[in-house]
Amino acid sequence: MVTKLPKVNVVTVGIGWMGGIVAAELTKAGFNVVGLDKGKEKNLKDYALTHDELRYKNRGEGLQKTTNETHTVRNTLDEEAYPVRSKLSAIIGDGIGGGGSHWAAQTHRYYPYDFEIRTKTIEKYGEDKIPKDMTIQDWGITYDELEPYYDKFEKMAGISGEPDPNYPQRSNPYPNPPLKKNELIRMYEETTKKLGYKPFMIPTGTVSQTYTNPDGQQLNACQYCSFCSQNYCEFGAKADPVITVIPTAQKTGKFELRAHSKVTRVLHENGKATGVLYQDTRTGEMYEQPADLVVLSSFVFSNVRLLLLSGIGKPYDPISGTGVIGKNFTDHHNAVSATGLFDDKKFNNYAATGAYGMTFTDFTGDLIDHSNLDFLHGGEIEARFSGNSPIGTNLTPPGSPKWGREFKKLSLFYHNRAISLFSQFATLPYKHHYLDLDPNYKDINGDPLIRITWDYSDNDRGIHKFIQEKEVELLKAMGATHIIPAPMADHFTGHLAYQHNSGGAIMGADPETSAVNKYLQMWDMENLFVCGASAFPHFGVTNPTTTASALTYHATEGMIKYLKEGGGLLAQTKKEKTLA
Amino acid sequence: MSEEQKKDPILEKPTSRREFLKNSGLTVGGLVLGGALGGTFLSKTETVTKEVEVEVPVEVPASSDTQHETHETHEVPNYTDALQYFTRLEDFLVLSAATETIYPEDEHGPGAIKLGAPFYIDKQLASPWGRNADDYMVRPFRPGESPLTRSEIVLQGVRKLNEVSQEKHSIAFNELSEEQQIAILTDFESGNIEMELTSSASFFTFLRQLTLEGCFSDPLYGGNKNMEGWKMKEFPGAQMSYVHVVESKEFVKIDPISLSAHIKH
Repeated sequence: MVTKLPKVNVVTVGIGWMGGIVAAELTKAGFNVVGLDKGKEKNLKDYALTHDELRYKNRGEGLQKTTNETHTVRNTLDEEAYPVRSKLSAIIGDGIGGGGSHWAAQTHRYYPYDFEIRTKTIEKYGEDKIPKDMTIQDWGITYDELEPYYDKFEKMAGISGEPDPNYPQRSNPYPNPPLKKNELIRMYEETTKKLGYKPFMIPTGTVSQTYTNPDGQQLNACQYCSFCSQNYCEFGAKADPVITVIPTAQKTGKFELRAHSKVTRVLHENGKATGVLYQDTRTGEMYEQPADLVVLSSFVFSNVRLLLLSGIGKPYDPISGTGVIGKNFTDHHNAVSATGLFDDKKFNNYAATGAYGMTFTDFTGDLIDHSNLDFLHGGEIEARFSGNSPIGTNLTPPGSPKWGREFKKLSLFYHNRAISLFSQFATLPYKHHYLDLDPNYKDINGDPLIRITWDYSDNDRGIHKFIQEKEVELLKAMGATHIIPAPMADHFTGHLAYQHNSGGAIMGADPETSAVNKYLQMWDMENLFVCGASAFPHFGVTNPTTTASALTYHATEGMIKYLKEGGGLLAQTKKEKTLA
Repeated sequence: MSEEQKKDPILEKPTSRREFLKNSGLTVGGLVLGGALGGTFLSKTETVTKEVEVEVPVEVPASSDTQHETHETHEVPNYTDALQYFTRLEDFLVLSAATETIYPEDEHGPGAIKLGAPFYIDKQLASPWGRNADDYMVRPFRPGESPLTRSEIVLQGVRKLNEVSQEKHSIAFNELSEEQQIAILTDFESGNIEMELTSSASFFTFLRQLTLEGCFSDPLYGGNKNMEGWKMKEFPGAQMSYVHVVESKEFVKIDPISLSAHIKH
């Protein structure tokens, strides 16, 4: 039996950053919003007493259990997929706030090149430069159009940072100054400048000073306690939906938040969404929540899976390359790293935050000439400090044992003598990389799991090799005694280390090649919006939240217009000029 | 307290968690977190500990944790050093010996046994994590996947260690010399030992990881006794703030605190 509830203006599915932004903006505009989240309730009170490496990093407190539901993975079209069985390999944020509570809070913008990647690549190098099966396409929105919404996100989240000298197109400075510099950051800064790069402090949502955002929510000053990325911030010093957009929505009196509520279908009739069907995960009881406007605001996998389960949009076919739902899935976990150990120096690496460090972007986007390179786009190179947590940090020089007496001696000696360089790089989409429903594995309700078909590409291998050489060169110049470059894995295993996935419900200007328009509105269902990195046609160099949030802020303007003006598509369809 | 800290008068006053929260303004609605935080990272536990020989009815590798209450004359035994998961003492002795070989006592400090890693591992194997309670365990399991729980893999592996030891040397694994133990563990690590529905390499990966966790997790879990693991790594533990240390050019050594200090006062 399904209990039908009274109709509301907006129902949003999943209450992390995207759902929180939707709830805040739509309730401020006067609409009633119901937020459904399959996880538990939590707030700042739950964040005290969390200075615990084992519980949060090693045992995944704060991650959704995979007992009843996960995703499956295969590398190629002709393989059978494996389920990702441990929540420690799925890394989906649990409860209200979602991944926005346990993120590292690194908040770069994407580059102008990203949004027009196909056009700009062809302009510069000709169409032949793009490999035949690489499906990069323009996003249907430009950096300039999105810039005010980046600004809005940064002000809401109190981002602390300084401009990237390579990408100066900002309407405003960051709302807070960058974090303090430790000794290794000073060494990195000096060396990178000597080598001719343009370093800058990583922009971050771990806030450098007490700050009140435009919605009146306060963020406190970061204490560099290091219990950050996988932990919750008990100080309220890390931007988190739970202390920003969610209370902003609640303050209006127009937001109703329901935890333990797992949406199983988007309901629709005659091409329009009528609401959602959801289950109380504790009792199994089913409810129908009718709404004028339905928003999917969950992580990539849930957004795409709900579309496929609900029969909305044309599923992507990797053989013909037609259809859109599931298209251009990318994974972004293949970072390039190299560690330097110093025999003659010791550092306070226990003091850090989630996204603490410095970086440079000289090898990203179209800043380098790719004519003689075997890849497109590129990566940044960051010196990153997230605390040398004692279980997980056991660094030893290359070739030394991994246990026993020698291991103990060396890992103790080098514990406070290391720097890790880390490069995030762009992952570009391919015709045969996509999401669909798994034919074998199901969730507790009997609904098929989402299936990932994905593997590393030659583009990834090209960037990896190029960037790692630069990392090793930089560590040498910094005076490291030992350098440990981490090798690239042969294949994608489905082990996810942080929530960096994108695509599957991508944006664009053409309904033939994209699922949503620039307002994240479904081309095929005008009162359904799909928010988050599921809209990215490719994964840019850096962390997804900033761009996903900016797109969602932009989308909320479209939602408000849609509700006020009584419907219609918010963007004109237009065929891409270039051939796919 | 280290030399660096002694030089700074601000750093000399330890602050309890409650005082910290009061100072930070968090308990009264999130006021300014700022300069008044000096020394918050310096809170240290009051408990004085020392190594004591414990008399036990069976020969179990004793950890160094027996607590000594400052105001009382009698010693309080550590009641948590008992078994939740293992049912055979012989298995626990093999496990203990294996952890000590992976992380041995030496001139830098205690090894896995004194740090309490074996008891820590026993507790973890009995926990929901050990039973894969949060994992997707729906069949079929594909080639290379194990249908066993983590605790089942470790138990089988521990017994296999002993089996191999008996076959090769006709004595229990925990009776072997360190060199002999290393040789057998190396065989397991390389995946050379046949195991049922899992691999010896998977078992070894669990064993090594669990050993390190037992040496370096917060003492609340039963390992890292008296924070001796953290002291060896000069890791300050569950501190509230490093805002006054982060910019220092020199290494600042700070006495560790554990999570128990966050609720004690």
